[in-house]
Amino acid sequence: MTTSSDPKPSYHPASAPDFVPAPLLRKLQLDRLRAIVGHAFERVELFGQRLEDRNLTPAHIQSLDDIAQLPFTTKADLRDTYPFGLFASPLKDVVRVHASSGTTGKPIVVAYTKNDVDVWTSVMVRSFATCGLHEGDIIQNAYGYGLFTGGLGAHYGAEGIGATVIPISGGNTDRQIMVMKDFGVTAICCTPTYFLHLIDRAGQLGVDLKKLPLRAGVFGAEPWTQSMRKHIESVTNIQAFDIYGLSEIIGPGVAIECPQHEGLHIFEDHFYPEIIDPETGKVLPDGQEGELVLTTLSKWAMPMIRYRTRDITSLVAGACPCGRTLRRMRRIGRRSDDMLIVRGVNVYPSQIEAVLLEVEGTLPHYQIILSREHGLDQIEVQVEVTAQVFSDRVGALEALSERIMDTIERVVGIRIKVTLVEPQTIARSEGKAKRVIDKRAQS
Amino acid sequence: MKIRQLSIFAENKPGHIAAPCRLLAEQGVDIRALALADTQKFGILRLIVSDPAKATQLLESAGYVVKANEVLAIAVADQPGGLAQILAALEGTKVNIEYMYAFPFGHEGKAVLIFRFDDPDAAIKVLQAKGVSVLAGDMLLKG
Repeated sequence: MTTSSDPKPSYHPASAPDFVPAPLLRKLQLDRLRAIVGHAFERVELFGQRLEDRNLTPAHIQSLDDIAQLPFTTKADLRDTYPFGLFASPLKDVVRVHASSGTTGKPIVVAYTKNDVDVWTSVMVRSFATCGLHEGDIIQNAYGYGLFTGGLGAHYGAEGIGATVIPISGGNTDRQIMVMKDFGVTAICCTPTYFLHLIDRAGQLGVDLKKLPLRAGVFGAEPWTQSMRKHIESVTNIQAFDIYGLSEIIGPGVAIECPQHEGLHIFEDHFYPEIIDPETGKVLPDGQEGELVLTTLSKWAMPMIRYRTRDITSLVAGACPCGRTLRRMRRIGRRSDDMLIVRGVNVYPSQIEAVLLEVEGTLPHYQIILSREHGLDQIEVQVEVTAQVFSDRVGALEALSERIMDTIERVVGIRIKVTLVEPQTIARSEGKAKRVIDKRAQS
Repeated sequence: MKIRQLSIFAENKPGHIAAPCRLLAEQGVDIRALALADTQKFGILRLIVSDPAKATQLLESAGYVVKANEVLAIAVADQPGGLAQILAALEGTKVNIEYMYAFPFGHEGKAVLIFRFDDPDAAIKVLQAKGVSVLAGDMLLKG
């Protein structure tokens, strides 16, 4: 309950660790790094073996820079040791497992001790606090509950901050809108593309989101763009926050935007960031763009040492006006394994997405399909027809697909076939859209 | 005078026209007229039904994107030159025909055509001024 004698503090008490002086933070990181490397060395066969191959022991970690000597961990390592091969705690100490929605082959499994769950809750509480949420807020959690980390991660954090949580999970958009309206929801958590869908549906149902008390949106689990933020903030009274996380590290809550919206603060007392050149593996200085590598400093059931996220970003140099000492990373625009090379041209799904948003004014469901015909790469973008753009006139629809093709050509540099498809025909999973289907290996 | 026409998007694939028609039939909505515009890539199914509100609700909840437009039904003498006479009435005006199709049922011995004008209100004025009768919607919808 908020009381009138208890005005909202400008900083939430849970945010205190965000402001630790940098020298103290570095010392804490080193202490934790040495402890976690020792733990992983003793308990995880794969990691122990790799250190021995390099004639390294945990004692070689004398400074934070020494982390660069340690081997990387990749997603393939998680797959190869499926399901429990990277666990560093006996199963009796593991209170929770999650798994990624594996699109190819086996999923990857991640584990938490009781203490790990508490760490996760604490970073989610700090995330929500950074977004200005507090006791008395009503948070609609539309991330999927289940093996996916989004639902439970946001749930624990929202409860932890003392908000009223609506664990509605994903899907059933009409009910989401009804609940949002009837319960007086003040904040929502979901994927940004799902929120765009929700905006469209609210429009069809005649619900004006600007008239609702909804004031914050915590959007993550997929990369999104500045133009999506502008769109969301223009049709609602929401301040949209980018939250970053991945199951391999902990789930959502690795990093969060502050109200400055100049990058995401990494909770680096728990997750140590490095930026590397994805080709050579060399650590790059702050400010330079490369692949984000994260080390979990306080996750005991399944420590991740130098995990290659495949996300491309850079660390922002300099202090943030919000006063947090936590370093910031630029929002993720693309992933190193997202890049498609088509007829020698680099194409990023985020470019296609920006074009669709620009041309249609809203983001339709779409899919990029790669195939090979007579040895030549073919690329096609399938776009679901939405109520906003549909017309009874053939010419209007043909003009629309022409306009999309022209704009893609201008942005990407090659002409790409655009096909309009019926609504609800592109597969959805976990609210996280699968944007690229690569059939080139089959032909 | 204006009649509500519903349009839905359909991919150019087998069975993609049958499904929405079946859905309407099962719920007792009568399709009074139907026209399909098809291109190499996609089709647009245009429908005039007995209960447009109910049909819209049924189609939308089945996931279709439905667009409602206003069209005019015009009775045309069922003889050579019948249509030419209507078109002549529109000549020299700013009224533009987007597309047209035949209504399967006649009316008082005349053929009935459905016109989609860019500006239906302007079209009504022009046609009435020239003595062309625009039919009332109810009669066509209820059959």
